[in-house]
Amino acid sequence: MRYDQSFRDSRYLSTLLQAIRQKSRSPIRIMEVCGGQTHALSQYRIEELLPPTVQMIHGPGCPVCVTPEETLSEAIAIARTPGTILCTFGDMMRVPGNNETLQQIKAEGADIRIVYSPLDSLHTAVENRDKQVVFLAVGFETTAPLYTLLLHEITARHIDNLSLLTSLFTIPAAISFLAQEPDCGIDGLLAAGHVCSISGLQEYERLSEELQIPIAVTGFEPADLLFGIYRVIEEKEQGNCRVVNAYRRAVPHEGNPMARQETARFFVPCESNWRGLGIIPNSGLKLRPQYEQYDARKRFACNPKSQAQPSVCRVGDIMKGKISPCECPLFGNRCTPDNPLGASMVSSEGACAAFFRYRTPLKSPI
Amino acid sequence: MKLPDCPIPSQNHNRIVMAHGGGGRLTGQLIERVFYRAFANQWLEQAHDGATLPPTTSRMAFTTDSFVVTPLFFPGGNIGDLAVNGTVNDLLCCGAKPLYLSAAFILEEGLPIDTLQRVVQSMREAAQKAGVAIVTGDTKVVEHGKCDQMYINTTGIGVLPDYIEIGLHRVAKGDAVIVTGNIGNHGVTILSTRDSLGFESTLQSDTAALTSIVAALLAEIPDVHILRDPTRGGLSSTLNEIAEGAHVTITLDEATLPIDTPVRTACELLGLDPLYVANEGIMLIILPDRYARRALQIVQNDPLGTNSRIIGHVTDDKRPGVVLKLPLGQTRILDMLSGEQLPRIC
Repeated sequence: MRYDQSFRDSRYLSTLLQAIRQKSRSPIRIMEVCGGQTHALSQYRIEELLPPTVQMIHGPGCPVCVTPEETLSEAIAIARTPGTILCTFGDMMRVPGNNETLQQIKAEGADIRIVYSPLDSLHTAVENRDKQVVFLAVGFETTAPLYTLLLHEITARHIDNLSLLTSLFTIPAAISFLAQEPDCGIDGLLAAGHVCSISGLQEYERLSEELQIPIAVTGFEPADLLFGIYRVIEEKEQGNCRVVNAYRRAVPHEGNPMARQETARFFVPCESNWRGLGIIPNSGLKLRPQYEQYDARKRFACNPKSQAQPSVCRVGDIMKGKISPCECPLFGNRCTPDNPLGASMVSSEGACAAFFRYRTPLKSPI
Repeated sequence: MKLPDCPIPSQNHNRIVMAHGGGGRLTGQLIERVFYRAFANQWLEQAHDGATLPPTTSRMAFTTDSFVVTPLFFPGGNIGDLAVNGTVNDLLCCGAKPLYLSAAFILEEGLPIDTLQRVVQSMREAAQKAGVAIVTGDTKVVEHGKCDQMYINTTGIGVLPDYIEIGLHRVAKGDAVIVTGNIGNHGVTILSTRDSLGFESTLQSDTAALTSIVAALLAEIPDVHILRDPTRGGLSSTLNEIAEGAHVTITLDEATLPIDTPVRTACELLGLDPLYVANEGIMLIILPDRYARRALQIVQNDPLGTNSRIIGHVTDDKRPGVVLKLPLGQTRILDMLSGEQLPRIC
């Protein structure tokens, strides 16, 4: 089976849309949790094909978007420290933190390296034993197991010049927080398949019960998303509040226990500061005390000056589903992918970037 | 009586040293042994500060391009053939017959001369294939660490007849858009060679001079409106430049875009869009729709054009932009590339 074609086949998509139109009776607000889902919905312009009863809300699941300014400031301060190499995923380069970006300070001479895998920083550390290498470890429960692989190697090989600057988030508590916001009104949820392939469905079963909403676990192809939307509508129409797995080809019910076990070996749950949302209890991961020596914050004694997001950027309201990106006064004029003012405009998974890239209309005729 | 050994050091170097760029004896040797030997032609052999070229009554096309690709060698090519093909294709995009190139090298101290020779040999072969002569050049050497092995600049001159008129002002509503080959191969190939990724593929860069395609096309259909090679920024950025410059809407049909499966798969994995990935051996042709079928046949007859397709049309002459038609008939805008997708791709 060719995933890239079968799950984008127009006949298949039409059938799913037809089923959604037939099934949907009462208005429903469905939040897609993950930026990858938001991106695919925008790329294939799926929302405009949905019946008017269905409204999509773009959730907080983009790690670049929710990483707070303090973490960026810490990363910038560390990268400026002589004898330091900062390794990061490419998306973080352009995220503004206190009016600076990693891209700018790289141009000023800081040694910042873009990597595709955390393990790449291991090679950098081995090849540069006279320098301190720091990995800017952002992400969700999907990415955390990768960092445990790195930590496993660091500890096993006694690599003393590599540490992690963590900014790790976990989804369920944040969804619970968002759902309790006044005016949020989420009637259903599309959970992210890659997160569930690690976390399993159990946590979402608790969430579904707590919020009294149906949840569908979906993949990221257009057909996956339409099938997930269909399943949520079906459950809602029948008055059910439960989790359905609409991505069985990738997500087993129990998730990946070994990955979770490894994550728990190195990390403990903690409160986390979500950009645009604030501090949410029990929504993040930090290194266990016995591994604190690999915590860049301890090694560099970071002391970031926290600075609030410019108040006009409304990324928080976007993630809460209160406004769509186009309703932000900065969108498309002062804030564009070339000059992003909010993180959601930087990341390829950010809702603002997805809207800008795929939904900007052509300029009016002259 | 036994005389002491001569203290003059050996002149047989196997690596580039600063003196190779000093203008003295070593520079002379390098030019003689590496460049003259490979590029030999009557104009270069004038051995002067510049080449004196025969007169022409035609209009001339003139272009320049610099090459900083890393790594120097990649599947399907190297910085040398890229430097020749890139400038040749830029001349072809003007509708010109490419004739002469210059080649200027910035070399890093310590570069193996063997590496330089391999690159120069590829340039020689690429120039022969493209039917151009490398008639003048320059070599500079910088200290170790001040450049990454080797950078090349090539400048080219070509001639074109009066009846060829290629330019943004010619683009008109109804014109067809043809692409001469699969998209994204060069960029994804370069990416796959970068150490940190470590994925293996059978992909090759598409680097090639499209001399034969353009010559055959213009010989039969001179009324071509645009020829452009979608290099950095990919197909999408090049079409956006055309749409902006000509003030037209270009509509592409997603289903018709020719993309190799390995390119599609690699892009999916890495979160790239093949429409923004660099190409080095394909061309975009925009011409009146009535010539499109015949043009496609001509291009497909060339071994470098077998995958060519008609991918869209100029649909409006009021609103500048590029629009992509999706599988279910919806459309979305196809924007310019923001930021850099891959550094040092060419």
